[in-house]
Amino acid sequence: MTDPTSPGPADKQPAGPGPSKTGAATAVPPEAIKAIPVRHPWRWVSAAVVLALLGLLVYAFANAKIEWGDVPEYLFSDRVVEAAGNTLLITVLAMLLGVVLGIVLAIMRLSDNPVTSAFANLYIWFFRGTPVLLQLLLWYNLGLVFQTLNLGPLYKNEMTDVMTPFVAALLGLGLNEAAYMAEIVRAGIQSVDEGQTEASHALGMSRGRTMRRIVLPQAMRVIVPPTGNEFINMLKTSSLAMVIQYTELTFVANEISATNLNPMEMYIVVAVWYLAMTSVFSVVQYYIERHYAKGSVRQLPLTPMQKLRRNIFSGPRMKGTR
Amino acid sequence: MTAMVTAEGVHKSFGPTHVLKGIDLEVAPREVFCLVGPSGSGKSTFLRCINHLEKINAGRLYVDGHLVGYRQQGNKLYELKDKEVAAQRKDIGMVFQRFNLFPHMTALENVMEAPVQVKRESKATARERAKRLLDRVGLADKASGYPTQLSGGQQQRVAIARALAMEPKLMLFDEPTSALDPELVGEVLDVMRDLAQSGMTMIVVTHEMGFAREVGDALVFMDDGAVVESGHPRDVLTNPQHQRTKAFLSKVL
Repeated sequence: MTDPTSPGPADKQPAGPGPSKTGAATAVPPEAIKAIPVRHPWRWVSAAVVLALLGLLVYAFANAKIEWGDVPEYLFSDRVVEAAGNTLLITVLAMLLGVVLGIVLAIMRLSDNPVTSAFANLYIWFFRGTPVLLQLLLWYNLGLVFQTLNLGPLYKNEMTDVMTPFVAALLGLGLNEAAYMAEIVRAGIQSVDEGQTEASHALGMSRGRTMRRIVLPQAMRVIVPPTGNEFINMLKTSSLAMVIQYTELTFVANEISATNLNPMEMYIVVAVWYLAMTSVFSVVQYYIERHYAKGSVRQLPLTPMQKLRRNIFSGPRMKGTR
Repeated sequence: MTAMVTAEGVHKSFGPTHVLKGIDLEVAPREVFCLVGPSGSGKSTFLRCINHLEKINAGRLYVDGHLVGYRQQGNKLYELKDKEVAAQRKDIGMVFQRFNLFPHMTALENVMEAPVQVKRESKATARERAKRLLDRVGLADKASGYPTQLSGGQQQRVAIARALAMEPKLMLFDEPTSALDPELVGEVLDVMRDLAQSGMTMIVVTHEMGFAREVGDALVFMDDGAVVESGHPRDVLTNPQHQRTKAFLSKVL
């Protein structure tokens, strides 16, 4: 707008607050503030207390009767690695079952059909209202009350052959998860503005297409973070499947300690595995959330890799600027 | 020539609240038809009945000769199925007060969505038309922007382009400028004026009396769920006959 060649003395005023051209006409350049910062002595005290307690804890562990050598020895032993694989497998499959069934239940619950919505309510009531440990036991012992599984012409077998520890764990964990996922999905669907549905309908899109193309993608922003939490919870809850003989991490830790008589060492080994898996998944979750943030924030947050690259290649920057 | 929209004694209630109390009117093809009136007078509700976003309780509503939302056989009315209602809405574009753009899609994707999903058009064809439409509303350079990155006026212009992408024969505008900052109203009205000149049939619920007078071919003043006065905008706005019209106009003009 301003022509750089024009003299334009009028717009040479100092910016910001300060003496303007009215009053005293002394145009003092703004002086940077140099003040003595407020002292925070209690921060030093509390930091010292925390460090001291931490030191005591380390000391206690260092002097405890722990065979530390067992930890690296068993960490990557075949049985433990296989058990970690089983933990991951049952977690992923049970979550998958939970998510798919959860979406179905959420849509049933929100439907206008009183029978389907009542059924969804009943399902959620039962599976949220009983302990998952009990549900695992119920599935595993199903053969006691139904001796054969008879699906008419499709399939027929002895229940004890069908209900292996794996199948019982999958059903127990997955069906329980579906009840929680149904509530998460319902909250997500209901968080989408009604105007979105109306705009979609006004364009001639059917109800099903509106749900798939318009409502669910937006609901994902609300659904994904708690689903990530559910996944991490499931990684840990899957340890309950040890009571029905499913060979996951905690079960194997117990089994090995029965022979080497070092249970605490084995528990530390599996704790390392659980921590590693939950940590890796937290990173994955960050990227999934970022994907579904599209359009809801003006600027997508940087990925850790992008941040790293920018910090390396842009050189030192002035403090205070980003 | 048949009317584009015909309303015969349209009634609508929300529970105990009687919102529309027998609306009779006709909108001719290529007409710009303005609905004005105080808030709560039922004008937005009536507009939403035209594409069956609201079900009417009594009366008949026809768009281009077809009964809206129902099929009549003899003396019996049959509700249309979800798919059939959707098919009727294809030909009726709607622009909302709060824009209602799809926030997870870019401006271009917003405009392409319905032709691809509903008309099963190829993406290439839909993209070409979407680009043309965005250019027409002056937003060719914003095609890849998400709605949150656009101003209110720009969002509303994208919303108009999105409705036009279905090549409707009737456009409904529900207070399209009421949610905009005053300085952004002009750009949206310009697009609407341009659309009116191209011969589109438009029903516009608005508080912009200047627009109604300049562009409108017909105007209806509604109050308390009924039509109080109608005629050419110039006549109604400059020489209102009814006391309620006079009172309303003295407040908004």
